[in-house]
Amino acid sequence: MELSAAEILLWIVVPYACLTTFVVGTIWRYRYDKFGWTTRSSELYEKRLLRLGSPLFHFGLLAVIAGHFVGLVIPESWTHAVGVTEAAYHFLATWLGTLGALLLVSGLVILVYRRRSTGPVFLATTRTDKFMYVMLAASILSGTWATVHTQILAGGFGYDYRQTISPWFRSLFLLQPEPALMVGVPLAFAVHVTLAMLLFAVWPFTRLVHAFSAPVTYPLRPYIVYRSRDAATGGGTRAPRPGWEPSTARRKQR
Amino acid sequence: MKVMAQMSMVMNLDKCIGCHTCSVTCKQAWTNRTGMEYVWFNNVETRPGLGYPRTYQDQEKWQGGWKLTKRGRLTLKAGGRWKKLASIFFNPKLPDIHDYYEPWTYEYDMLLNAPAQEHTPVAKPKSLLTGKDMKISWSANWDDDLGGSTATMQQDPVLQHMSSHVAEELEKTFMFYLPRICEHCLNPSCVASCPSGAMYKRAEDGIVLVDQDQCRGWRMCVTGCPYKKVYFNHKTGKAEKCTLCYPRIEVGLPTVCSETCVGRLRYLGLVLYDADRVGEAAATEDEQDLLAAQRSVLLDPHDPEVVAAARREGIPDDWIDAAQRSPVWRLISDYEVALPLHPEYRTLPMVWYIPPLSPVVDVVTSSGNDGEDGRTLFAAISQLRIPLDYLAGLFTAGDTAPVERVLRRLAAMRSFMRDVNLGREPVEETASAVGMTGDEVQEMYRLLAIAKYEERYVIPTAHAEVADDLEEMACSLDFEGGPGMGGQGMDGAGPFGSSSGQPTPVAVENFHALSSRQTADSPYGPSTPGRVNLLNWDGNGRPDGLFPPDEPGSDAPREAS
Ligand code: SF4
Ligand code: SF4
Repeated sequence: MELSAAEILLWIVVPYACLTTFVVGTIWRYRYDKFGWTTRSSELYEKRLLRLGSPLFHFGLLAVIAGHFVGLVIPESWTHAVGVTEAAYHFLATWLGTLGALLLVSGLVILVYRRRSTGPVFLATTRTDKFMYVMLAASILSGTWATVHTQILAGGFGYDYRQTISPWFRSLFLLQPEPALMVGVPLAFAVHVTLAMLLFAVWPFTRLVHAFSAPVTYPLRPYIVYRSRDAATGGGTRAPRPGWEPSTARRKQR
Repeated sequence: MKVMAQMSMVMNLDKCIGCHTCSVTCKQAWTNRTGMEYVWFNNVETRPGLGYPRTYQDQEKWQGGWKLTKRGRLTLKAGGRWKKLASIFFNPKLPDIHDYYEPWTYEYDMLLNAPAQEHTPVAKPKSLLTGKDMKISWSANWDDDLGGSTATMQQDPVLQHMSSHVAEELEKTFMFYLPRICEHCLNPSCVASCPSGAMYKRAEDGIVLVDQDQCRGWRMCVTGCPYKKVYFNHKTGKAEKCTLCYPRIEVGLPTVCSETCVGRLRYLGLVLYDADRVGEAAATEDEQDLLAAQRSVLLDPHDPEVVAAARREGIPDDWIDAAQRSPVWRLISDYEVALPLHPEYRTLPMVWYIPPLSPVVDVVTSSGNDGEDGRTLFAAISQLRIPLDYLAGLFTAGDTAPVERVLRRLAAMRSFMRDVNLGREPVEETASAVGMTGDEVQEMYRLLAIAKYEERYVIPTAHAEVADDLEEMACSLDFEGGPGMGGQGMDGAGPFGSSSGQPTPVAVENFHALSSRQTADSPYGPSTPGRVNLLNWDGNGRPDGLFPPDEPGSDAPREAS
C-alpha cells in the first residue's frame, strides 16, 4: 500500500522525533539542571483543594498508565494464550479505563481550577507550566474522548486498537516501523496518539520530569544518611592535584 | 564504640534580651531571597507563646519526630516508609503558609511618588505571595514580649501539657526568650523522612544538610522535623534549612547568629559521641530518661580509651584537642547546667540550653527580697512551681528535678560570686550545697559570665575540606554555566527560569557579592559601572572608575604628589 507523505510524517517522523527529544532532553536536563528538577509543590499556599485533587489526579494517572501498558505493550495473542477472551478484555479495559479516566479528569479539573483561582498558586505558575497544562489536558481529554467514542458508544467490542495501534507502537521500538497499520485508525485515536507524542517531546523541559524521581528506593535505605564532606563537595570537580595530600580523616566512614 | 564528632551549640537563656539581632543577621546572610521570605533559620520566640510556626510543639497535631512502636522500636511519628510513599501526592501534615505567616512588604514607593495631597501618603502592606493589599495578622514573633498573649497564650502546647494554670495577666506571669536554630540532631527525623535521600548528616562534624541537587520537593522533611526547622522554598521548590553556617565553621569562624549575638550567650564546640548507641538511646522507653540516655551517648574526650577510639576512626588530633577544650562539653557534662530542647521528640537534639533563672529572680526581687541571696533563691526555686513546670516541659519532658538542679547551681553561682565581688570571704557551703567546689563555681562563672570569645567558640578548622576549598578557588569561575564559562553569572537565570540551573558555589557567590558591593552606588540597587561609592568600598581591590584611567604611553610609575 502506498503511504502519503502526511502519513509517513505522522506515523514515522513525528514519533521518532518526539521520542528522541524525550530521551535526549531528559538526559540533558538531568545533566545540567538537577537544581531545577523538582515537583515545585504549591501545597504551602493551598491545601484544601490539593488534598482532593492531587491524589485523584495522580492515582488516576497511575491506573491509566498501567492500562496503557497492558493495551500497548502486551500483544493480543498473549492475553488470548492465557485464556482472556476478547469480550472479557474489552469489558475490563473499557470499564477500568473509564474509571481511571474519571479519576484523572476530575483530578485535573480540580487542579486547574485551583491553579486559576488561588492567588499565590496562579502567581507561581510559569509560562512553561501553562503550556504544559495545555499539552497534558489535550492528551488526557483526547484519550478520554477516544475511549468513550470508540469503545463505549460504538457497541460490540468497540474498536480493536490491539490490531492496529498496539503493533504499530511496538514496531517503533523494534526499529521496524509499520506505519501502514495506522492507516484508517479512527480520528479520535489519531489525534490522541499525536498529542501524546508531542507531550512526550515537551516532557523533559517541564516540571513533568518529577515523574522520574519517584522515590522507589526509599524503603530500601537505612533511615539516617551520613555523607562525608569529601564526597559531598569533591564530586564533579577534578581530582586533588598531586603533591598535595588531602587528609583522609574519616573517609572510611560510609 | 564508633566515635563521631558533632559540632554543637549551647545557649545561656538568662542572657538573652530578645533583641532578634541573631534572627536578622541570619536572615540577611541566608534567607533574604524570594521563596524564603517567610523563613527564619534562626528565630527568637517569647515563652510562654505559640512559637514559630504556630504551635509547632504540638506533635499530636504535626506528627514530627519519632515515636516508639508497641514493641519498643523507633519509628517516624508521621508514619514509616510505606506510609510516606502512599501519601506522596499530598502530605497531610504539612504546615501551610498561614501557620508560619504570610510574608509582606510595604508599598514604599507611595511615600515618594504620591501626588501632593491633603493627607500624608501611607505605605500599605502588600502580600509577597499575591502582590495584593493585605491585613497583617500574624508573623514570626507576633506574640513577642507577651504582646497580645491574653488572646493566644493558652494555646501554647507546653502550657497545655501542664497541670497548673498560668495566669495570663502580664503582672502575674513570667516570660523568657527562646532563640532557636536547627538542632543538628544525632538522630535526625528530617533525614529519615526524606524519600529522595537528599538530606544527610555530615560524617565529619554532624551538620545536617539538604543536597539541593537531589531534593525533589516532596516536603516530608518539613513534617518529619519536630522543631519545624526545615523549610520549603516555594520559589525553587526545594527544602532548605539552617546549615550551622558550615562555610564559616569550616574555617574556624562561629555561626553568624553566634558572632552577632548581643548577649554573647552562644557557645560553639565539638562533642564526641558513640554513634553505635544513638538508636538505643533514642529508643529509651521512659521519656524522662531520655536526657540521661542522651548524656550517656556523649563521650568524655579526656578518657584515654575514647581518645584512642577517636584516633582509630580517623578523627584528627586537633579535633580531639578541640573536643577536650569544648565549652559545650563543659556545660553539658562538667557543670551539668545545659539541657536539650524537647528530648521527648527522640531526635537527640544538639543545641542545648541553660534554663533561665531570671523568672525566679524576678519574683524574688519584686517581692522586696534579696535576689542574690543563696538561701532565698533556693527556697524560691522549690516554691515557684509554675516556671519550673514550664521549663521542665521544654527541656526534660516534664521532669522538674534536673531543671531544679540546674537552677540551684545558677543560684549558688550568683550568691557565691557576690561574696567574691564584694571582697567577702565566699562561703564554700554555697558551692557544696549544689555539689560543686568553690573553684568549679568560679570556673563556671568565668565561662558563663565573663564568656571570653576564645572560650565561647572552640572551632577546629576542617581538614579534608581544605583540598576542596582550594579546588573551588582554583576553578571558581569556570564551573558549568558560571561567568568563566561565558554563562550568566550569579544573577542570571538557568535554562528554566531564575530558580533552575546549578547553584552557584559559595566562593563564587561571595566573590560577586564583594565585587558588586565594592562597586555599587547603593547597597541594594544594581551597580552602575564606572562609579564607586566610597562608603561601600572596603579598601580592597581597584574598582573600575575609582582611579583615573592610566594614560596611554606613560608607563613610568606615578609620583606621589
Ligand atoms: S532540628 Fe534540624 S536536624 Fe533535627 S530534625 Fe529538625 S531539621 Fe533535622
Ligand atoms: S542576638 Fe542574642 S540576645 Fe539578641 S535575641 Fe538573639 S540570642 Fe537573644
